[in-house]
Amino acid sequence: MAMDEKIGIGAVSGWRDAWGMFSGNKGAIAGLVIWLLIISMAILGPLLYSGNPFEIVSTPMTPPGGKLFLGSDYMGRDVLGGIIYGAKVTLLVGLAATVCTVVIGMVIGTLAGYYGKQVDLFLMRVTEFFQVLPPILLAMVLVTLFSPSYITVIVAIGSVNWISTARLTRAAFLKIKELDFVRAARATGATNSRIMWRIILPNAFPPLIVITTLTIGSAILFEAALSFLGLTDPNIMTWGFMIGASRNYIWDSWWAVTFPGAAIFLTVLSISLIGDGLNDAMNLKLRVL
Amino acid sequence: MALFTLVIRRTVYGLILVFAVILLNFTLIHIAPGDPAEMLAGEMGGATQEIMASIRVAYGLDKSIPEQFLIYLGRMARGDMGTSFYYNQPVTELILQRIPETLSLSITALMMAIILGIILGTIASQNPQGWFSGMVTVGSIAGFAAPVFWVGIMLLILFAYLVPLFPGFGIRTVALTGGPVIQALDFLHHLVLPAVTLAIVFLAQYSRLMRASMLDVLGSDFVRMLRAKGLRERVVVYKHGMKNAILPVITIAGLQFSMVFGGAVIVETVFNWPGMGQLAYESILRRDHPLLLAILFFSAIIVIIVNIVTDLSYRLLDPRIKGGH
Repeated sequence: MAMDEKIGIGAVSGWRDAWGMFSGNKGAIAGLVIWLLIISMAILGPLLYSGNPFEIVSTPMTPPGGKLFLGSDYMGRDVLGGIIYGAKVTLLVGLAATVCTVVIGMVIGTLAGYYGKQVDLFLMRVTEFFQVLPPILLAMVLVTLFSPSYITVIVAIGSVNWISTARLTRAAFLKIKELDFVRAARATGATNSRIMWRIILPNAFPPLIVITTLTIGSAILFEAALSFLGLTDPNIMTWGFMIGASRNYIWDSWWAVTFPGAAIFLTVLSISLIGDGLNDAMNLKLRVL
Repeated sequence: MALFTLVIRRTVYGLILVFAVILLNFTLIHIAPGDPAEMLAGEMGGATQEIMASIRVAYGLDKSIPEQFLIYLGRMARGDMGTSFYYNQPVTELILQRIPETLSLSITALMMAIILGIILGTIASQNPQGWFSGMVTVGSIAGFAAPVFWVGIMLLILFAYLVPLFPGFGIRTVALTGGPVIQALDFLHHLVLPAVTLAIVFLAQYSRLMRASMLDVLGSDFVRMLRAKGLRERVVVYKHGMKNAILPVITIAGLQFSMVFGGAVIVETVFNWPGMGQLAYESILRRDHPLLLAILFFSAIIVIIVNIVTDLSYRLLDPRIKGGH
């Protein structure tokens, strides 16, 4: 994901207008509906499926249809059960990694944008440094060198994914810090940290909400790729893990790789549609790629 | 002369980045759990006492951290990044053999994505509210949302098994006999599915970016002036509009090369494409850490070089940009 830094700030004329715009966007509403369905599946998962997703419940490679709605994989494990069970883990890891990403990105972007000069130069150099490292490869290295636990996975995703957030936060700060109300706050003797976190940051929220939404999508994709490669905890069923486990049987049991992948695709698609809708609704004209 | 200073300046900056990557690798070796000597031996727990002792001496692991870094830096500068015990070969050699495969995959995919993206984005910009433009927007969101390894597997199921048009795995047919032309065609035949997989993700982004960039340019004053002069719409759009709208797409594509490279890593593991990504994956399975860290190092160097080349060519293409920024 890359961002163009031409942004409009404070173009929101009110949250109600923004909702009006958002709800008029068919794609965004479709995204919201799919997202809510996936969230409910993750929350209500234990009610829908109470078994152990690693349990062998049928003859291997049972095709979809019949008792097992989406069939079973090469070991006879229920594909639908895995998808329902995996929703919770995939979403939790995605959200936790997003928090990690946004915290890193926001702190770096805020310091760079607010202090400017040498601080900005240094932090932007750090950002450029991270841009020359292929993100997924760096995440693979971090998870391999430390442990394949989910804490490592979350921190690894955060460490490779924060660049867009940092650049966007910085761009917003550069723009907002010159505005009159910030000058007024400074004239009344507000401290730097108050101006940064209590005065400028809330005004930078609209673009940050959009980038955070999209970060959830990219965090889920990173988690899926790491699980697909078998770099995450092998005792936890996730969508990426299911695809990775069945990768040698893609022709004999196409359903075991197609459906978990479709789950990832739909989840990220729904979030992207929501992010796109928010971008239009708040009239930010962010070019989010 | 200005170009010469620019090349020098970009190269020096590139070298600083290379130094930073070495520092990163050194830090990782030392902060990762476990003994740095085991990390450098590359066989967790499997190396003999003699090997471990020789590594401690070679890397000066009994010395202070700054001294250790200087030793490490010196070894890296000489291109000595350790030996892979699995292959019993220096890791530098192993990686150099794999660079052409990864570059051919990522550059082919990047070119496909840029050229098709420019074409689709330009067509979409001609009627921004039309169905085609809508398709480009939806397609770009879908392209971002699809996991690249899953797209690869879907293409494999469709075009290597269901309709067996393309080979599913590897880079060449093992038993193939024939001249260089046949060999080259065989290579291209194997390249199609992995390159298309990787291109889809970036095509999605570039087509949308090109559409937005064209709309910007077509709404600008100089285009209004060209139209007022009575130039034909075709000339305005395809000659003047496109020429200006392409530049942002090229910039983003250059900046994003590390992502294309990262995508290639994943795609290689799906298609058994014998490049650096597959080597990285194998080195993880074998806990061959010196090899893995060296792959990270070489990937960064390739990205740095590509960035410099894009930056310089961009400056040559666009006479408005001069000097540093």
